[in-house]
Amino acid sequence: MDWSALFVSLRLAVGTCLILLPVGLWLGRRLARMRRRRALLEALVALPLVMPPTVLGFYLMLAFAGDGPVGGFWASLTGTSLNFSFTGILLASLVVNLPFAVQPIQRAFEAVPETLREAAWCSGLSPRQTFWRIELPLVRSGVVSALALTFAHTLGEFGVILMVGGAIDGETRTLAIAIYDRVQSFDEAGAGRMSALLLGISFLTIGVVYGLSRRGGRRHV
Amino acid sequence: MFESGHADSPGQALDEQARHGEGLSVSLHQAGPIPLAADFACGPGELLGLVGPSGSGKTTLLRAIAGLTEVASGYIRCGGQSWFDAARGHSLSVQARRIGFVFQDYALFPHLSARDNVLLAVEGDDVATRRTMAEAWLSRVRLEGLEDRLPDQLSGGQRQRVAVARALARKPQVLLLDEPFSAVDQVTRRRLQRELALLRETLTIPMLLVTHDLEEASALADRLCVLHGGKTLQSGTPETLFRTPDTPQIARLLDRHNVFSGEVVEAHGERRLAWGPYRLEVAQGLAAFAPGQSLHWYLPPSDVVLHRRGRPSNGERENPVEGRIQEMVVLGGVAQITLAFDHGAQTLRFEITTHAARRNALARGEVVQVSLLAAAIHLMPDKG
Repeated sequence: MDWSALFVSLRLAVGTCLILLPVGLWLGRRLARMRRRRALLEALVALPLVMPPTVLGFYLMLAFAGDGPVGGFWASLTGTSLNFSFTGILLASLVVNLPFAVQPIQRAFEAVPETLREAAWCSGLSPRQTFWRIELPLVRSGVVSALALTFAHTLGEFGVILMVGGAIDGETRTLAIAIYDRVQSFDEAGAGRMSALLLGISFLTIGVVYGLSRRGGRRHV
Repeated sequence: MFESGHADSPGQALDEQARHGEGLSVSLHQAGPIPLAADFACGPGELLGLVGPSGSGKTTLLRAIAGLTEVASGYIRCGGQSWFDAARGHSLSVQARRIGFVFQDYALFPHLSARDNVLLAVEGDDVATRRTMAEAWLSRVRLEGLEDRLPDQLSGGQRQRVAVARALARKPQVLLLDEPFSAVDQVTRRRLQRELALLRETLTIPMLLVTHDLEEASALADRLCVLHGGKTLQSGTPETLFRTPDTPQIARLLDRHNVFSGEVVEAHGERRLAWGPYRLEVAQGLAAFAPGQSLHWYLPPSDVVLHRRGRPSNGERENPVEGRIQEMVVLGGVAQITLAFDHGAQTLRFEITTHAARRNALARGEVVQVSLLAAAIHLMPDKG
């Protein structure tokens, strides 16, 4: 078992979830209430879903390079490189997982009738109170779905991470990449153990989603 | 703020009160997207019914009063306070307007119990006091014992009561009811209407009831305001509107059938209403029209008197006309009779008890005579 790879994967998954949670809430809510130019933004958010991971990874790698737009800015700010660093794969992971975080939350917000928000305002609740006390509890199952999908998908992401991060031990080598390395070096037993672990985690997350969304009454997967 | 006590008449004083005092006065105008030309007032403790067909702007008006919909021009004043004044670019937020809004689908918060739905609207800092208040409101709408139920676990009627309790728990300055009885069955509707009639006796704020059900509106409201295409056409007590609609259009919107066209003539040495071969006496209003002028007239069905066969009486000398029964619909104890006349396509409709219809051997195709009571004939100018 490659414990450092497991640790990188978990760190990446938790980091991605934590950052995408507020982003998903904000963007999902905006998209759900948007009338104009909604299709364009939805398509942009969904793009990582349909792009081949190697293609997306290639473009991210270009952008993250020292002379690329993002990488150059990052270098001028910190003096370090984005490519082949944990920060780099975290950024890449945020892009890749955007649709998984946004879409379930957006569906959940769409299912909250506009009159409920209006009723809350009429009851004297400010927009902020309305969000915390009415909207957020009602989109809870969507948020759980988003987090679970993002978490599971980050653990399994391979192509993009490999393109951007390579396989640096303890820095960018995730569990999925470690499995590939093991197979390459004919260590099928090690690959098998790690695959079984990933399978278990994936099954658990999806089980949690279905369990919770059943309790919440609605499913947004 | 305003000089008081200088009104010239009691009527003016009341008007003054509605405009500057406790009541609600509304004037909203815009060309689009939803056209509006609405002017009405509602006094403290008064229940005003906004009636009109679907798409007449009733709900839009309620939403504008609540601050949920923006309107291009006009004003909304309530309780001596300006809520909206387009000329000054002034508009209070929904939260600041203090309204109780009962939505058509009730819009209860599905994740909160009945108590918490009401509790959200109760103001105050002390949670225990607010909780007691919320429970008091729930028991006022007779929901004791159901405080912990989620909306899903309540019947339609119970949900409506929670919505009413929530709307009132805010101590609103105006109560807005948007089709509050449309989502429940007939039996529940009757009961809820009765409860609202009792509840409103204890309320001293203006109340607006939007409904497309004329029967409901006239049973519950002190005054009705007829809307069409966002325009307020006529306001008055249900009795006034049903007996004297201003125009044929209003009569039609109020589902009044007996609207006819006629002409003013000089006959028998006095001014009469010419309708086909008949020269009808009219108690009021003919003096305002010149001979030769054409107009519309309306007669409430209650003021059509059937002549009993072979038993003439004095009343029969009043505007007797003869028609053929085109249709007779028996609805329980009441028979609705439609008379056709030789001189025009317009039909006259009235109701008598079913046993009276049997006694007089009324049937389709029979020719009968009726009197049109002169006191009830209501004249309307040709335009409009």
